[in-house]
Amino acid sequence: MEPRIWREMGLTDEEYERVKVLMGREPNELEVGIFGVMWSEHCSYKTSKPILRRFPTEGPQVLQGPGENAGIVDIGDGLAVVFKMESHNHPSALEPYQGAATGVGGILRDVFTMGARPIAVLDPLRFGPLEEENTRRLVRGVVEGIGGYGNSIGIPTVAGDVYFHESYRGNPLVNAMAVGLLEHRHIAKGVASGVGNPVMVVGARTGRDGIHGATFASVELSEESEAKRSAVQVGDPFMEKLLMEACLELIQSGAIVGIQDMGAAGLTSSSCEMASRGDSGIDMDLSLVPRRETGMTPYEIMLSESQERMLVVPKAGCEQEVEAVFHRWGLEAVVVGKVTADGMLRLLENGQVVAEIPAKALTDEAPLYHRPTREPEYYARLKEQKLDGVKAQKGYGEILLDLLGSPNLASKSWVYRQYDHQVGTNTVVKPGGDAAVLRVRGTNKGLGMTTDCNARYVYLDPYVGGALTVVEAAQNLVCVGAKPLAITDCLNFGNPEKPEIFWQFEQACAGIAEACLVLETPVTGGNVSLYNETNGEAIYPTPTIGMVGLVENLEQVVRNRFSEPGEEILLLGEVSGSLAGSEYLALFEGVEAGALPPLDLREIKKRLDFMLSLIKEELVMSAHDLTEGGLAVALAEMAEGCGARVSVQGENELELLFGERLGRILFTVKPQDAGKVQELAQHAGVSVTRLGESGGEAIAMTVNGVMMLEVAIADCQRVREETLPKALN
Amino acid sequence: MLKAKVTVTLKKSILDPQGSAVEKALKSMGYKVDEVRIGKFMEVTLPEAARENATEMMHEICHKLLSNPVIEDYSFELEDKE
Amino acid sequence: MKIGIVRFPGSNCEVDVWEAWRVLGQEPKMLWHQETSVRGYDLIVLPGGFSYGDYLRTGAIARFSPIMEDVIHFAHEGGMVLGICNGFQILTECGLLPGALLRNKDLHFLCQPQYLRVERTDLAFTSLYQEGEVIQIPINHGEGNYSIDDAGLKELEENGQVVFRYVDKTGVENELGNPNGSRHNIAGIVNRTGNVLGMMPHPERVVEEIVGGTDGQRLLLSLVQAWERRMQYGA
Repeated sequence: MEPRIWREMGLTDEEYERVKVLMGREPNELEVGIFGVMWSEHCSYKTSKPILRRFPTEGPQVLQGPGENAGIVDIGDGLAVVFKMESHNHPSALEPYQGAATGVGGILRDVFTMGARPIAVLDPLRFGPLEEENTRRLVRGVVEGIGGYGNSIGIPTVAGDVYFHESYRGNPLVNAMAVGLLEHRHIAKGVASGVGNPVMVVGARTGRDGIHGATFASVELSEESEAKRSAVQVGDPFMEKLLMEACLELIQSGAIVGIQDMGAAGLTSSSCEMASRGDSGIDMDLSLVPRRETGMTPYEIMLSESQERMLVVPKAGCEQEVEAVFHRWGLEAVVVGKVTADGMLRLLENGQVVAEIPAKALTDEAPLYHRPTREPEYYARLKEQKLDGVKAQKGYGEILLDLLGSPNLASKSWVYRQYDHQVGTNTVVKPGGDAAVLRVRGTNKGLGMTTDCNARYVYLDPYVGGALTVVEAAQNLVCVGAKPLAITDCLNFGNPEKPEIFWQFEQACAGIAEACLVLETPVTGGNVSLYNETNGEAIYPTPTIGMVGLVENLEQVVRNRFSEPGEEILLLGEVSGSLAGSEYLALFEGVEAGALPPLDLREIKKRLDFMLSLIKEELVMSAHDLTEGGLAVALAEMAEGCGARVSVQGENELELLFGERLGRILFTVKPQDAGKVQELAQHAGVSVTRLGESGGEAIAMTVNGVMMLEVAIADCQRVREETLPKALN
Repeated sequence: MLKAKVTVTLKKSILDPQGSAVEKALKSMGYKVDEVRIGKFMEVTLPEAARENATEMMHEICHKLLSNPVIEDYSFELEDKE
Repeated sequence: MKIGIVRFPGSNCEVDVWEAWRVLGQEPKMLWHQETSVRGYDLIVLPGGFSYGDYLRTGAIARFSPIMEDVIHFAHEGGMVLGICNGFQILTECGLLPGALLRNKDLHFLCQPQYLRVERTDLAFTSLYQEGEVIQIPINHGEGNYSIDDAGLKELEENGQVVFRYVDKTGVENELGNPNGSRHNIAGIVNRTGNVLGMMPHPERVVEEIVGGTDGQRLLLSLVQAWERRMQYGA
């Protein structure tokens, strides 16, 4: 075979040699193609796996850790929550509507193939500068695509975040997380076992769309990839709705052994992964696969990424039952092969064998790379950059309004108004809260969920920044009254073959691992998206964290708005923040630099536990974490119905008002409870400072007794609300 | 075989927000256009056996399902398909 | 009271409607779109969603589902029919209600709380509201822009068929309070005989305080009360 062939299929010369050894012979072209896609970074995690192994993945609450279609965590009462996050960055860069829509479709399938009914979708998004027309086009398309799919299939989109930064200019990030609920007894897995059991393809027909999506996701975007637009798939939420109902009905009927979504690398990855997990083999005759185009080759059938399809292994004798369920929903279900004992993935075309590969050679035997790392030059330089000389260039009131109206801090209601965030009528805390809360019907419990990542922190200090993404997610959950349970992640980075990028990846993952360990939120799965670069420029490292938490008592859910005038405003944690890596610094000085404040995860854990205990005792009226924009911005965000007067003491006004430091929570209590809360704080060994009280029509802040700013809440709301509509309508 | 090419458009009197959006965009790009209306184009292939009553049947199909006579107009052409 | 909720392929609010009725003490039944009879029911609800993917036009394909023939018959005989969102779109497609629902004026899908003014309270659907009362019921649609020709609009208004109108917080119908460009701020209409109501807002989403409000309760409870009265005094 000519080297050109395996190279075109994405294999290196060494990898091709490895294939020959594993096969014990020269592979044919189809086999090379299958290895090429299964050993791509997207499917094999060959670069990231050695690092990901360091994540803590166990805990008494974890029912299913990484390695399946999605993670599963126990929430009591025989119920469990299933969740996973994935990226659809490259398809969305090429075709924003369909890229984003199929991202939602894919992650939902990962959840319902585990037997869970999806109850929510969350969408973290990153785009280039909002001022640019291309960004606006992408934002409109992506938001419409997410809505177009989620709204139609009837799963509420309840949270997410949106940031704008020039590093995402040519490479937007579209991550999607889905959350589902199931009863323990209905857990389904992606496993093919039981020799003689049939293998069935169900759902949509197979076409030529999306061939090579997986390899496509493993290369940098370039002019050339723009020309390969055919690699983008088109989603059909109507079909998926039917598929979801049929699959859930089927799983609950007990007729199946295993089921898996055909996502990246379609029939190839689903069949060999299911066989590999079941320690068995699969024989399939590709001429039996229902197609919607004529003349498709075995290669095209195996590599097609047509959406809304599943591979199902029913118990022998249950084929008709499977067919009946699918026909009732107007869908096809066709037997294409059977489970065997010999561990081979054997493909036939009209009875002739066209490929024969040991299933585990495609999965477990994929190569692993220990890539070199190198600390990038910028790291020490930016860390040492002194910020002492930074002085306010205008009045603090004006600064606050500018911050509130800046694209990153402005209200995202333009986005979430386009998402049905209520269908299912379980949404207790809607978008705009610190975390979304959905009720669990039939119980008094709720599920908190959030996605977070401040990529600027991760860029400046990948280890600390990585840990802070977990911290931010946890503090968001705690602010609504949910106890953090576990995380999923979507690790978006640049080209790992560059040692500096791989250093970012390694450091960020180490930080995430440490934070997960201390905060007791194990990793249950996720997704790695590498090669996020345009013309050689990498995105800021963006390890998005999706976290779920449990609300024991729905009546104790806390919101991030002052409920009424006269509440005491308290701050948990340090009063002053830092300008390092702050939104203030980026917006007014055009600088992203500085050493992030020292990180004490154990101290943060203590604060989060304390906060949860206060909420449990029903002492907290409202709560909101301090993130971008610091104390002043957090106060303005809480002041929807009424204002606040607060006074703080300290040295540096800018750091007090707009400085950032995670691990801080602003909250309010009834005046009569303030003393008790201070006592409890002392007892718990955490610092709680009284800042002032809610009331009035303005945010008023004094520093060391001097009035620094007084801004009408109506003005705050106006500037927050007008930014996105102005740019995007 | 026969092929019917069906065009469905919003009635003149009905506001077409998609059309106006495209029209505005074209104008802002500097093109001299008067108006843009967006509609749908559908192809329906008919078996040879339907040739005789094809026109009648297509009117019926268009009226019943392919268009909503409250807001839309339709037209169609029939042609031979190899 | 025997309530039937029609489930079309692609419906996605049918369970929400079902749960809402159960919160209010009723036990509704799901009706599959392929059934052919709605005989014996006191109320048929066509729920929200994207029936048949809303491909072609919203509601256009659902209107030809086997069950719809009998729903139309049922409505002509005076049976109570409530269409919510996609259900309203289906009711206009099949001619039980006049007009049509077009793309929202700014082309965006909108999911948000919405103020409505109750225009009529002499109907089985609205008797527990006060005339002119401003209530809050969320909307959730991309195509809710109510359109009708001038003659039809005149007729609707003269016959008092407008039941709900989009208004601002203070109850005034103006452009600010109109989310989608509907003519005369129309959010919901009834047929001449008062037994078929179509509305874009989702009352089933506001029957429990914990998920956002209770202003939808009285619509469902009005129907129960009307049915009880009918049982007591005969039609």
